[in-house]
Amino acid sequence: MNAPAAASASNRRMLKKLLVVALGMFGFGFAMVPFYNKLCEVAGLRELWQPGEANAAAVNTQVDLTRKVTIEFDSNVRMLPWTFKPMASSVEVHPGELTQMMYEVKNTLNEPVTGQAVPSYGPRQAALYFNKLQCFCFTQQTLAAGEVRQMPVVFVVDPALPKDIGTITLSYTFFRVDGADRKAAKG
Amino acid sequence: MSAVIDTHGHGHTDHDGHEHHPSGLMRWVTTTNHKDIGTMYLWFSFTMLLIGGVLALTIRAELFEPGLQIVNPEFFNQLTTMHGLIMVFGAIMPAFVGFANWQIPLMIGAPDMAFARMNNWSFWLLPVAALLLISSFFVPGGAPAAGWTIYAPLSLQMGPGMDLGIFALHIMGASSIMGSINIITTILNMRAPGMTLMKMPMFVWTWLITAYLLIAVMPVLAGAITMTLTDRHFGTSFFNAAGGGDPVMFQHIFWFFGHPEVYIMILPAFGIISQVIPAFARKPLFGYASMVYATSSIAILSFIVWAHHMFTVGLPTAGLLFFMYATMLIAVPTGVKVFNWLATMWQGSMTFETPMLFAVGFIFVFTMGGFTGLMLAIMPVDVQMQDTYYVVAHFHYVLVAGSLFAIFAGTYFWIPKWTGIMYDETLGKWHFWLSLVFFNVTFFPMHFLGLAGMPRRIPDYASQFTEFNQIASVGAFGFGLTQLLFLYIVLKCSVLRKGEKAPARPWEGADTLEWTHLPSPAPYHSFHEQPEVK
Repeated sequence: MNAPAAASASNRRMLKKLLVVALGMFGFGFAMVPFYNKLCEVAGLRELWQPGEANAAAVNTQVDLTRKVTIEFDSNVRMLPWTFKPMASSVEVHPGELTQMMYEVKNTLNEPVTGQAVPSYGPRQAALYFNKLQCFCFTQQTLAAGEVRQMPVVFVVDPALPKDIGTITLSYTFFRVDGADRKAAKG
Repeated sequence: MSAVIDTHGHGHTDHDGHEHHPSGLMRWVTTTNHKDIGTMYLWFSFTMLLIGGVLALTIRAELFEPGLQIVNPEFFNQLTTMHGLIMVFGAIMPAFVGFANWQIPLMIGAPDMAFARMNNWSFWLLPVAALLLISSFFVPGGAPAAGWTIYAPLSLQMGPGMDLGIFALHIMGASSIMGSINIITTILNMRAPGMTLMKMPMFVWTWLITAYLLIAVMPVLAGAITMTLTDRHFGTSFFNAAGGGDPVMFQHIFWFFGHPEVYIMILPAFGIISQVIPAFARKPLFGYASMVYATSSIAILSFIVWAHHMFTVGLPTAGLLFFMYATMLIAVPTGVKVFNWLATMWQGSMTFETPMLFAVGFIFVFTMGGFTGLMLAIMPVDVQMQDTYYVVAHFHYVLVAGSLFAIFAGTYFWIPKWTGIMYDETLGKWHFWLSLVFFNVTFFPMHFLGLAGMPRRIPDYASQFTEFNQIASVGAFGFGLTQLLFLYIVLKCSVLRKGEKAPARPWEGADTLEWTHLPSPAPYHSFHEQPEVK
């Protein structure tokens, strides 16, 4: 019975080797996880933009880079004890470019005052092409006694703006909202 | 020893001869005999074929007309999923393992498999896994319904049926791995003296390579479904995008297993065909060495083509091109094999008994499936055909007309040796012709459906697809019923034991050890003294 015993020993050696292969392949399945993640990273597969644009900011293709328009900012108050001024008197922008401008307003009285800003444009036809996405003029503003506040206006000039308009003046006038103060004082 | 012939006939291979082993049910539960285990594998796989077939016929009944008639969409998804899982893991793979158990020891002159007890365990895991898998129909939420590929994220969202499916796959995988270890050890360590590797019969060669494939990829599947399981229950995020995982990664891991898996299901079929054709052409196999190298090349290439199942997930162009060309490269060794079979038949004195009919039918229909596979390998074409009925037609041409026809060929070829009784040739020919015709009636129209854009795995379809679907459904029922004829033919040989007694060598061109050295039926214990091979 020597030969069968030797055969059975060599069978068992083979069994062990093959089991190691099977276990190794089980591990290989899990090793595919970091490998796959690394490969995706190297190949840039998880970046959803076009190749090369992955790290660039999103570019607005609507911007008309061939010309610039000067936007002048004007500010007025009417029967309101506030000071009100833009942070810059003018900026140059490309039509289609998203722009933000801050205005600063201060209540000089010792009581809360509510005001409403009303915009107007010069030349007047520019109003058709001046799109405000966010503006302090959309709502009434209530300032506490002596409060100073910076408020944004975010706008885009439509690229369809006629070529002969090179300058747009955006003018705001703050009006006092009567009655709102009394409500605010009570409330 | 090898001349002991079973003459008292209660049950096939039922040989209570010179050893005490339990009889009745316990004989089958406790058996370590490779012939018993092979028989059980084959019956198990035939049972699963019928179960999977009933699921398929329910699908075809639903698809007979547009609209929803018989099943609701949720259940339809369970049907397609379970049909795939049962046919792949329950029917085709165990059938080939059954052939391996019966034939490898006989063909290499070994007394039994290397690890006889492990062999018993490998088999008995399968009915347990099958019960788990099928019982998933009866849990809340029903059976797995994410497709047989159980892609994340669907597989992460399903009910407990998916857990049962995963456990069943784990168990079947363990069974396959143990079976493969057994097969490799048997082939490498227990060949008859003088039988060098390059003298082994082709069937043994193909199974050796298949067993290596199984050991290499079944654990990868086990890994993938373990990750699915921990994602479902233990808070990991391998595939869960919400936790930083990536569902596409599941597809990569799955198909790293899945593509070798489809060759696991076809290489033993190549082996059977390579035994049958020389026997009936009465010529040695043409280009034996090139057959071995072609089979090995197919196996090696199968590891680097998996992403052709995923051409539409957003791979980089370089990856698409690599996987496309690598896939097409597989056509070369496959072409070598088809060429060799044809060259074996060339100027042979051929006769067309049922095994040969199935083998020739295999070459014809499998080659068609191979060509549609080549079309699907073309990435820009695949993008159009991904997940259409064209794919369904393709893989049924290679899995039904490929693997299943080879299983039929092998059964008819060896059943005289297994049972000692010749099968009914007339019925066998009927079985072949009905199978071939109904197979094509079922699946050929699916090419047109797929090209016209009908998606797979959908219970409803646009009305312009009606006619082809009705043809396919009629063919499917014909094909299904034809297999009952096969059941009868096999029962007639094995259980009823009616028919002519088979001589030791019923095929004059068959020259492997089981024909030349053993009587029919092969005795319960064979080759205790190994034959000398020149």
